[in-house]
Amino acid sequence: MTTDNSGDVRLSGIGKTYGAFTAVHPLDLTVPQGSFFALLGASGCGKTTTLRMIAGLEEPTSGTVHLGDQDVTHLPPYKRPVNTVFQSYALFPHLDIFENVAFGLRRRGLKSVKKQVEDMLDLVQLGEQARKKPHQLSGGQQQRVAVARALINHPKVLLLDEPLGALDLKLRRQMQLELKRIQTEVGITFIHVTHDQEEAMTMADTVAVMNGGRVEQLGAPTDLYENPRTTFVANFLGTSNLIEAEVDTKSGDDIVLKAAGDKLVLPAARCGAPAPAGGKVLVGIRPEKIALAHADDAGGIPEGRNRLTGKIADASFIGVSTQYVIDSPACAELSVYVQNVERDARLVPGADVVLHWSPAHTFGLDAAQAIDAGTGEEVAA
Amino acid sequence: MSTLTEAPPPLAPAESAAEPPRKRGRFTPYWLLLPGILWLVVFFALPLVYQASTSVQTGSLEEGYKVTWHFATYWNAFSEYWPQFLRSIFYAAGATVLCLLLGYPLAYLIAFRAGRWRNLIMILVIAPFFTSFLIRTLAWKTILADNGPVVHALNSLHVLDLTDFLGWTAGDRVLATPLAVVCGLTYNFLPFMILPLYTSLERIDGRLHEAAGDLYAKPSTTFRKVTFPLSMPGVVSGTLLTFIPAAGDYVNSELLGSTDTRMIGNVIQTQFLRILDYPTAAALSFILMAAILAMVTIYIRRSGTEDLV
Repeated sequence: MTTDNSGDVRLSGIGKTYGAFTAVHPLDLTVPQGSFFALLGASGCGKTTTLRMIAGLEEPTSGTVHLGDQDVTHLPPYKRPVNTVFQSYALFPHLDIFENVAFGLRRRGLKSVKKQVEDMLDLVQLGEQARKKPHQLSGGQQQRVAVARALINHPKVLLLDEPLGALDLKLRRQMQLELKRIQTEVGITFIHVTHDQEEAMTMADTVAVMNGGRVEQLGAPTDLYENPRTTFVANFLGTSNLIEAEVDTKSGDDIVLKAAGDKLVLPAARCGAPAPAGGKVLVGIRPEKIALAHADDAGGIPEGRNRLTGKIADASFIGVSTQYVIDSPACAELSVYVQNVERDARLVPGADVVLHWSPAHTFGLDAAQAIDAGTGEEVAA
Repeated sequence: MSTLTEAPPPLAPAESAAEPPRKRGRFTPYWLLLPGILWLVVFFALPLVYQASTSVQTGSLEEGYKVTWHFATYWNAFSEYWPQFLRSIFYAAGATVLCLLLGYPLAYLIAFRAGRWRNLIMILVIAPFFTSFLIRTLAWKTILADNGPVVHALNSLHVLDLTDFLGWTAGDRVLATPLAVVCGLTYNFLPFMILPLYTSLERIDGRLHEAAGDLYAKPSTTFRKVTFPLSMPGVVSGTLLTFIPAAGDYVNSELLGSTDTRMIGNVIQTQFLRILDYPTAAALSFILMAAILAMVTIYIRRSGTEDLV
């Protein structure tokens, strides 16, 4: 990769308060040059404020913003080598598509913009629409104009503020891939704000999950998904089953826990909380990692797997998988997703079952936090 | 500028033959239009026709007027009173420009910067309407009086020497000069400039300003390239709402001016009410109307906002 770091974005202790309300608690964040970075969180979590502070549209209350080695904290937006794709695009309604895209170049005093604008419109496949006004285009086309208008300036960093929020699901999927392709092609740092966890995971190399003005966890999508460190991340990114359990013993690298009579094993390395004997820990497991066996077949389950007994409360068939809700003495309403490979006809509501999974897929969280954090917010799935 | 309401589109044709056409509802839109049309006929069309016929009559007050299709009245009226026509247009144009220069910053302030003061400033803009137009114009007589504070201040700053030189004022006084009339017009029609400007500025999406800033436009460039072009509908309707009534106004010239500042409105008023020469008065009114219509048409075409007004 390149050693050029002029596209690095470094936030140091940056925070924003409005009167008594703290939108963003002082946070440190470094986005390396050329990466696709997503700020993910529910509305009001401070992600857009953070983005606007990088763009210069919002003055931080504390801290500094660096682009590469340049301190831009107090530069007005028009002096920053940063461009934004706004939510709902903010295209200039009185200018045609060509002039919208040429706007930034003309402001910087470039005379011959024709070639560049045409190339850029071709990149976003809108060459034919150059002389139309924004309101004559569809939502997806307007979105591409907004991207073209920002990208043509070759910014150090492109900021995207929920750019796909106004599109329907199918178009959104298509644009996600399109944006990813463009980012790979131009190699500019993208910082993408979204509330859609699937969007963040599909597109970004690194995701920062924000909640209540703080970054809860930062990492690659797979890392965040497999090793959530807080209940918010566990619940906000996909679905998690969180089971309250009591620490029984520690044996080697494993922690053995008790949950309503059943014994669960958790690798100590995957436990993000202190686990003194007798203390409480939240045991987490993703629904698709759990296998389901009818109670009559319990003997066939291999040794060494975590198991819980329960009763099927509800089953919904959704094509590729069947989603079960299972009530267990250890935890009510456990979710289990079973691939529809060989469907067991006995697994219907009311049936007694055994849930089992590999201890390696189990994670442990601090029981002191709210167990349902991150579930209340509707996540576009 | 037309206040005619467009008739709602006729009901959509029945989608299939199975659905019988709804006969009862078909004329409903036209019934609903009736009061408006009646109003326009009685108060606009009929007076216009009556006035048109008056303008081609000849005769005298004693013998009565008869329609003789005497179109020469138009030419006679114009050749005699063209200086007043010209003056009206100049004064109205001057007042319109002043209204725009004063009104735009205020409308901008209310739309973007006033915050919680917005309603208060709006009330202050509209508040003068609670007092009669005549009383307010008379008050300007006091304000601009020869021994009043305005003349005193302008005199000590030697501004009046300049305006005397330009012919806007005469003999170190403001009252009874063109300046006083234009000031009066500006004052009286300012709200008609501010309100449409405000409406059109307020509709501009604030994110467009942010987007312009984000795309390397300085605040002044943002204003020139984004804010002002987007406020054109307001500028056009504001200037029309100021210019049209100002061109036909006679109260300001009557109260603040002199015989040297007579506008076409004053001439029409005198012809109708003092000399009682109805044909000439009617012909002058028609010429004024035609002139304004022509100017407005050209203006709207040139400003390219036909689809925005």
